[in-house]
Amino acid sequence: MADRITLEVARYHPERDEKPGIQTFEVPLKKEWVILDALNYVKDKVDGSLSFRWSCRMGICGSCGMMVNGEPKLTCATFLTEYAPGPIRVEPLKNFPVIRDLVVDITDFLVKLSKAKPWLIRNEEKPLADGEYLQTPEQLDSYKQFSMCINCLLCYAACPIYGLDPQFGGPAALALAQRYNMDSRDQGASERMDILSHDDGIWGCTFVGECTEVCPKHVDPAGAIQQYKLTATQAWIKQMLMPWGGK
Amino acid sequence: MMTHHAPHTPQAYHPRMSTYWWLERWPYLRFILREISSVFVAWFACLTMMQAWALIGGPAEYQRFQLWLEHPLLISLNAVSLFFVLFHAITWFNLAPKAMAIRLRGKRVPDLLIAGPNYAVWLVVSLALAWIFLRG
Amino acid sequence: MLDVSSHDVLLVGGGGAGLRAAIAVSETDPGLSVAVVSKVYPMRSHTVSAEGGAAAVIGKDDSLDEHAYDTISGGDWLCDQDAVEAFVKEAPEELLRLEHWGCPWSRETDGHIAVRPFGGMKKMRTWFAADKTGFHMLHTLFQTSLKYNAITRYDEYFVTRLLVDDGRVQGVVAVELLTGKIQAILAKSVILCTGGCGRIFRFTTNASIKSGDGMGLAYRAGAPLKDMEFVQYHPTGLPFTGILITEAARAEGGLLLNKDGYRYLQDYNLGTPQPKPVLRTMELGPRDRLSQAFVQEQEKGRTIDGPYGPVVHLDLRHLGAKLINTKLPFVRELCLKYEGIDPITEMIPVRPVVHYMMGGVDTDINGATPLPGLYAAGETACVSINGANRLGSNSLPELLVFGARAGRMAAAFARETKAPGRHLLAQAVDEETRLLEQFLHKSGGRERIATLREEMQKTMEEGAGIYRSGPSLQRSAEKLRELQERFGNIKLDDPSHSFNTELITALELSFMLEVAESMVQAALHRTESRGAHQRTDFPERDDEKFLAHSVLRRQADAPPRLEYAPVTITRWPPAERVYGK
Repeated sequence: MADRITLEVARYHPERDEKPGIQTFEVPLKKEWVILDALNYVKDKVDGSLSFRWSCRMGICGSCGMMVNGEPKLTCATFLTEYAPGPIRVEPLKNFPVIRDLVVDITDFLVKLSKAKPWLIRNEEKPLADGEYLQTPEQLDSYKQFSMCINCLLCYAACPIYGLDPQFGGPAALALAQRYNMDSRDQGASERMDILSHDDGIWGCTFVGECTEVCPKHVDPAGAIQQYKLTATQAWIKQMLMPWGGK
Repeated sequence: MMTHHAPHTPQAYHPRMSTYWWLERWPYLRFILREISSVFVAWFACLTMMQAWALIGGPAEYQRFQLWLEHPLLISLNAVSLFFVLFHAITWFNLAPKAMAIRLRGKRVPDLLIAGPNYAVWLVVSLALAWIFLRG
Repeated sequence: MLDVSSHDVLLVGGGGAGLRAAIAVSETDPGLSVAVVSKVYPMRSHTVSAEGGAAAVIGKDDSLDEHAYDTISGGDWLCDQDAVEAFVKEAPEELLRLEHWGCPWSRETDGHIAVRPFGGMKKMRTWFAADKTGFHMLHTLFQTSLKYNAITRYDEYFVTRLLVDDGRVQGVVAVELLTGKIQAILAKSVILCTGGCGRIFRFTTNASIKSGDGMGLAYRAGAPLKDMEFVQYHPTGLPFTGILITEAARAEGGLLLNKDGYRYLQDYNLGTPQPKPVLRTMELGPRDRLSQAFVQEQEKGRTIDGPYGPVVHLDLRHLGAKLINTKLPFVRELCLKYEGIDPITEMIPVRPVVHYMMGGVDTDINGATPLPGLYAAGETACVSINGANRLGSNSLPELLVFGARAGRMAAAFARETKAPGRHLLAQAVDEETRLLEQFLHKSGGRERIATLREEMQKTMEEGAGIYRSGPSLQRSAEKLRELQERFGNIKLDDPSHSFNTELITALELSFMLEVAESMVQAALHRTESRGAHQRTDFPERDDEKFLAHSVLRRQADAPPRLEYAPVTITRWPPAERVYGK
């Protein structure tokens, strides 16, 4: 195995560039290094102006998502040796505006997340003195997978619908809404339904399925959305047949 | 409460999605083919209706229909359509369990147990129809 | 380029403590405007990586007094007992409140909250959400905080200094990462929730963002730092990356073995090996003692030589695939990914790594610092409930209990205080000038930030590690002074304004150097061994002289001024710390 590998890194300075370009760096090829280690090597030793986000370097904070050879990856969990002999192309996450180098603007996601009402909605709050809402391990299991989302946004980078139509709610926001819908303690399903059973919500999804493929936490947002569609359809039919029923 | 200074808002770069985005990755191409397959399913539906109409029209009419079907262009079209209809069915059966998430006794039923019966029924019905139509 | 905004209460940091405090302010008075100013998006905060669990008394056979005793003895009697009593009392309520907000705590088959054993605790009282407790707590808090319209978030704003006037804190100056614009955010009260500073050391579980910013901000503004010499090493971090392998692995029955496959902890007054884990013994002893045992094993030549230094083995194989996959799935994932090891069939190489700061900004039982208008909560603060050594699973409830307390206090203070005046903008303008002159527009300079940072980490690990001595600390103190001087000569490759992360790393390093100095000075003066602070030249605990908190105040151009403040003892007189029985 060679001891060096080439990185082709996207660079973009909004103050002077019209569009991003590529800059190459030679970095050490070590078997325990991930892409993030190589980027930090560049920043520490070669070019301190390379900007990128990172924090936990253990795949739980969701900061370090980037495109590696055209695929959305967590750079803290992707090893250099996977791409040897290289070169490795590192670019900012697809489908988002690029602020600088490898940093993208994720404000749109946060707006959409808020819209999905990702919090527990109750008709009536139980007083703390009455203890916890009971929830069996099976009930926990039914939404647990969807609660694992680290908001890394690799799914948005993989979703061609989001790329073509920025109004689309996107996999993570919709999956998180479903996480609360499926939580046995939640009573806000119909409130969320009104917002999300919409062309920009679940009905914008055409089940390409790539979001689930790239998700590093196996959340299966595509599954969440299709299940949501089924529930929404059932609710709609019920409404049609029994319009006098309460929500 | 803003003090006045020269604006300093950097321009973010907004990448444009290429018209040929669906060629960039195999999963995207597969998705587009899956969507296009519905056109061919529609074609088979039309063909079946045309066949029914020909049947109603009597033996001469039906024979004209059969002759028409033997045209090389139509054979090619139907061969391609058959491929796409099969592709359509397979992708549909494989994706259906994802939407259904059935839970039995607290555990999620594996996808194969939902897709499996679909395939089984398809096979049985196909074999039955083949037996009926090919033996006579 | 300067912008100004103002709010009633301002949070620096948007992690567990910061978000809990922000919500507490809004619940106290929905009319107060709250700003959450964080250098990262809140869901990236380091709370997210906590794994094991959060302790609170709910068992019928458990009691608040027992939780208090475990905490106080775990802290080697340096904890303020009134604060501990308040903490253990409010912890169950806070964790329950989080459950009502949707936190997916793991459950018993009957639907009640489940608890697991944890290090240093005599009874099972650690609530958990699989082995991603911090992740679930943080996301629950963040998603719940989205409900409150009075909370304005300043995402990716780096606070560079506190605005102080008329003897009280009245806001902050921050850099907006997106544009490089300087923002003065005026506020009637400020709460620091910026977490710890593990990145001061070579090997740490901490994320890159843990650079002690809040401690540095408070220190420079004139607020004292307390108990800075107490640095917790977590006994089981992965070599090279330092990634945390949760204590829960030991709570479920994991064993620590040296190179002979021997459960070496039995040689260190931690009890005798039993087939199943016994609380407060062996692998479930307190973290400081376990980390110290590692160093002693290493000196005896009984650790294993790995490619990144000495390690011991954490053996989970006997726990079986089913338990590992249900209770420790994240541990398995991390081992597979970063060590190429499957804990079901292989032993995990581990070593002690820096994990938590018991010390921090000096606060009282309500999160108030001696500087009016300034509060602190979470790892940034030192109340102190953790004393000389923190027990595992106490820090997550600490975020909630003291985040809520500080939030309520800061809200009350804000209601009685008049709004900051515009004359404070002059300080903000000065700060902008300083940033431009010292960093962005500076020419020349020879030192790379990374070089200084690595030298700092090396000297701290060598001189102020698990075992320290007067000479080793003195060497570190001198090295840090040298690094401070060389810092004046750094060179930045990046003079731009938009998303200049190099500027941020320079500012973080500047905080770290000061915080590191405070740690070394505090350690030099405490000539005893207690909890996580072990002096090879003073190996005994000295309650006569040192049953006290070290309190450091910054002095310009001189070493910090050090004083000792008494520890509040209520019902548990100092005794010998005993484990293994």
